[in-house]
Amino acid sequence: MITLTHYLVVSALLFCIGLIGIMTRRNILMILLCIEIMFNAANLAFIAYARAWSNLDGQIVAFFIITVAAAEVTVGLAIAILLARQLKTLNADEVSLLKW
Amino acid sequence: MVDVSFAPALGWTVLLAPLGAALLILLVAIHRRAIAGSLAIAGLVIAFLCTLQLFLQAQTGMLPLPFESSITWISLPGFTIPFGILLDQFSLLMALLVTGVGSLIFIYSTAYMSEDHAFSRYFGMLSLFAFSMLTIVLANNWIQLFMGWELVGFSSYMLIGHWYAKPAAADAGKKAFMVNRVADFGFMLGILALWAVSSPIPSQRTFHFLTLQERIPSFASAGLIPMALMPIIGLLIFCGPIGKSAQFPLHVWLPDAMEGPTPVSALIHAATMVAAGVYLLCRTFWLFEGLPSVMTIIMWVGGATAFLAACLALVENDLKRILAYSTLSQLGYMVMALGLGGQVAGMYHLTTHAFFKALLFLGAGSVIHGTHEQDIRKLGGLWRSMPWTSVTFLIGSLALCGVWPLSGFFSKDEILALAHEHHAGLYWLATLTAGMTAFYTARAWFVAFTGKAHGHHGHESPPVMLIPLFILAALSIGGGFLHIPTFLGHDGVFHLGVALASSGIVLAGLFLAWLIYQKKAVSSQQLVHALAFPYSFLQRRYYVDELYNWYVASVQQKVIAGCCAWAEQHIIIGTMVNGTAWLTRSTGQLLRRLQTGKVQTYVLVFLIGILWLLSTSVFH
Repeated sequence: MITLTHYLVVSALLFCIGLIGIMTRRNILMILLCIEIMFNAANLAFIAYARAWSNLDGQIVAFFIITVAAAEVTVGLAIAILLARQLKTLNADEVSLLKW
Repeated sequence: MVDVSFAPALGWTVLLAPLGAALLILLVAIHRRAIAGSLAIAGLVIAFLCTLQLFLQAQTGMLPLPFESSITWISLPGFTIPFGILLDQFSLLMALLVTGVGSLIFIYSTAYMSEDHAFSRYFGMLSLFAFSMLTIVLANNWIQLFMGWELVGFSSYMLIGHWYAKPAAADAGKKAFMVNRVADFGFMLGILALWAVSSPIPSQRTFHFLTLQERIPSFASAGLIPMALMPIIGLLIFCGPIGKSAQFPLHVWLPDAMEGPTPVSALIHAATMVAAGVYLLCRTFWLFEGLPSVMTIIMWVGGATAFLAACLALVENDLKRILAYSTLSQLGYMVMALGLGGQVAGMYHLTTHAFFKALLFLGAGSVIHGTHEQDIRKLGGLWRSMPWTSVTFLIGSLALCGVWPLSGFFSKDEILALAHEHHAGLYWLATLTAGMTAFYTARAWFVAFTGKAHGHHGHESPPVMLIPLFILAALSIGGGFLHIPTFLGHDGVFHLGVALASSGIVLAGLFLAWLIYQKKAVSSQQLVHALAFPYSFLQRRYYVDELYNWYVASVQQKVIAGCCAWAEQHIIIGTMVNGTAWLTRSTGQLLRRLQTGKVQTYVLVFLIGILWLLSTSVFH
């Protein structure tokens, strides 16, 4: 029997994988992918709660997150392409022009 | 017959006519020489006629004295300053003197200054000067008086420095102004202190003369004012007269003020400015009357000034400066009289002195106008080329010496009799001063007016200048018979012994001068050699100017100004201004290290923040 706890544990694991990926990887594409993993960890948690408590609100939120994530990925990829064109790099450490 | 209800209108006209003239000249007629002089004279003559009318009303008893007319000038909650006119015997006599003698000097000036390029400015300033003096004379409260006091200082600065292109004149104007500022600072403190003690209830404090006159003596005797405070207030207020009436040790500006045009000197010495200090002492006599310690100081300051200034006049060679020192000396007499409690005697001498000193200065002006020379050693034989000037100058000189029956005799003897009554030492000092006065006055007259002419070709002055001389000469002769002390409410004192002694010493002084400078029985050169040390000491004017210069240049400029400069450079600029900038910038330098520009760092900070938020919400 798969209980709510199992879903939540998977969700937490996914979230941590994404977080560690963001903090350790330097490639912007990898960072974007990790952000997606974290989104989906949150989605999984919402849907698991919706199912366990028979409340559809969680599923609605999951749909919203998918939509927003799609838009966010579009913007993020556009920035990544521009960075690759302008600076010839996708290394996040070399992109520090916005500081100060 | 004029109704008494005209009195306020007359009084205000006295005050405002010269002001109107001054404003009209300075704003409208500054480039119209033709009307500037007439405007100034018209303003002052109108004031004179109004004063005369008031005076006659007071004489016949139609105008009850003291008479007051007042408006509210400044009104704040619990604090009002009036602006008004207060007429009593003293202010009426003084106003008559200012406007009367002033009018003669104005008329004389039209001829004396006819060649001057700044004729209109001169007359505008003369009118302002007269207005300022009348503000002092007629003031009914301390603030109005102080305003007039400062205006007198300002207009005298403008007039002494009238020929400002000449460095000596510009410096003399500045000196007069600054010396007076020093004195006025004490004076102002005195006024404010008097205001502070004028009532225990703050909202009832006042600057008003008549109210103060009623309150202060009764408050002082009731113990509402600290005992030690009143003499300090008295001394602070006496600072004002020390500056304006050029008493020792702030006398230094008066001789230098001779750089101004001669009619200005006449005005300063006779009717305005220096008279203000003595008048103030008379006006506020009720304050000093109850302070014997302050009276003693006033008496000695006056006596010392009289004697020391007379000594300086003995060795002076500039005709105008001799007269300036004689003014100092006579002012010393007046202040001494007031210190001895002789309000009337002081005011009496002020009046007769105004007549003969204006006469002497206008006479000296006539000499300068005719010969363009004011060193008595280079003058001589004016008796022949300028007969009228010489005669009137002689009359003025004899009146100054105090020869019977000229006006100076009566007023000076009144003071001497007073001194005889109260203080023997001061009496002998004053009598000796009278002898010295006779000597130096006669010296100036013998050297400049008799003997041989030295190369210059003097010519007699025009009638416009001579007529004021004649009028003043008549007043100098007859001034003793005008019953001035009676008008002031006190019959003249006459002491035969004092009169004989002073006449004797005056005649001795005159005879000595005649012996040395006319008969040349004793060579004045040999005298100078024999008395080389005192002579040079007097020539350098007791080194007072040097002392002040040393103080200003070495103490004030180097030590005090140096400390201030250091404090400004290091504390204000170095620490406070630049310190603030340094603090801001270094804080910024530190904080900007937080912005690494690395995405991962920011994410770490977010994470820490979220964990912290979660922990607080979970555990509390």
